[in-house]
Amino acid sequence: MTRPAVAIIDSGGANIASLRYALRRIGADSVLTSDPARIRDADRVILPGVGAAAAAMERLRSTGIDALIGELTQPVLGICLGMQLLASASEEDEATCLGIIEGTSGKLAATPETPVPNMGWCPIRCCGSHPLLDGIGSGDYFYFVHSYALPVADYTLATADHGGPFTAILARANFVATQFHPERSAVAGSRLLVNFLRLPA
Amino acid sequence: MREGKVVKGVRFRDHRIVGDIIELAERYCADQADELVFYDITASPDGRTVDRSWVSRVAAVLDIPFCVAGGIRTIADAEEILNQGADKISINSPALEDPEFITRLARRFGSQCVVLGVDSHELQGRYEVYRNTGDPTKMASAARETVSWIVEAQERGAGEIVLNCMNQDGVRQGYDCGQLAAVRRRCNVPLIASGGAGSMQHFADVFDRAGVDGALAASVFHSGEIRIPDLKAFLSGRQIDIRPVSKPE
Repeated sequence: MTRPAVAIIDSGGANIASLRYALRRIGADSVLTSDPARIRDADRVILPGVGAAAAAMERLRSTGIDALIGELTQPVLGICLGMQLLASASEEDEATCLGIIEGTSGKLAATPETPVPNMGWCPIRCCGSHPLLDGIGSGDYFYFVHSYALPVADYTLATADHGGPFTAILARANFVATQFHPERSAVAGSRLLVNFLRLPA
Repeated sequence: MREGKVVKGVRFRDHRIVGDIIELAERYCADQADELVFYDITASPDGRTVDRSWVSRVAAVLDIPFCVAGGIRTIADAEEILNQGADKISINSPALEDPEFITRLARRFGSQCVVLGVDSHELQGRYEVYRNTGDPTKMASAARETVSWIVEAQERGAGEIVLNCMNQDGVRQGYDCGQLAAVRRRCNVPLIASGGAGSMQHFADVFDRAGVDGALAASVFHSGEIRIPDLKAFLSGRQIDIRPVSKPE
């Protein structure tokens, strides 16, 4: 089997070193790029994201990648803000997002028991079946860092809870996404990345 | 990173240290620690920043989040460390000297990257913040009351607070649950307890009594006195919500 070539979309400002190291640990080479041709030709595409939704969308629009992402037919993984960018919109700065997944990311409710940002390990509850979940089950912990999240909907594969349930993993056609950081989620996260690389192209 | 492993101004010993850091990082990762913090406790008093060559090497082996602390004084310092793969940076003395620095870091990188370390010392019932705590000869009161400093820092955008209770530090008599609980009531961001862990019961106490989001410890883990898998099993048994130890693949 040839190594899948992974294109990581350079949405600017995002810290992707840990993602690239995680891919390397499971034997996958990756390129960080904002070149539409390289993204289109990659076997797998990852849309990462750390930062604010509006600023990230602005960067995607400025390079014309916003339109390209919706046209991709290979497996695409959105991570954290990258997941929220796939949705219709975000309450954060009232940003209009890519609209590939229907839904609006809302601000997590801060309570004394659930401070925001939600930073830390949270268990997930699986509510769908998908090859991305192979070997992953309810009660597995993943590492989250976020202040906004997508509500639970028909695309939800797994939920997590922080002052209320939200979508932790989703899938729609060739697009999958996680609100947590698989690259920082130990064995379970590594498993999810392996599953992503194994998704049928 | 503790004194024994930090070079005393002798640069050529750096490589040996890096080896030690990587070894420790791998060991704690295999033991399923939930997060690692790397402190260069002498960076601020010496007026220098951390030697960053090891950050990317740590990032390459770790599959859990980690934070780097020590003498981070500029946006460029923080950017370099985050670009090398650290998930968070922690600031302490530089924030006390220039509180606006917290605001600038949070604006540039987001609150989730910005951890505020607070060294709090109790004197006659009053909690005060100290700076340059890595070096006893340079350590000094910052003339700020602990809770008001933490409230100001989170308003400025600090996304996490690590509260080190100096009276408890290294004594292994348990965390300062009273002080931590008081801070917890005023703190809207994750609060990590530091200083005083000596037994597994101390960890259970700080989660139960102070409602902290995490507990940090160094000596009991370095010495092997408490093994992380044992601690996690103990805490799970006490109905404390913690990522359980999973079997390796």
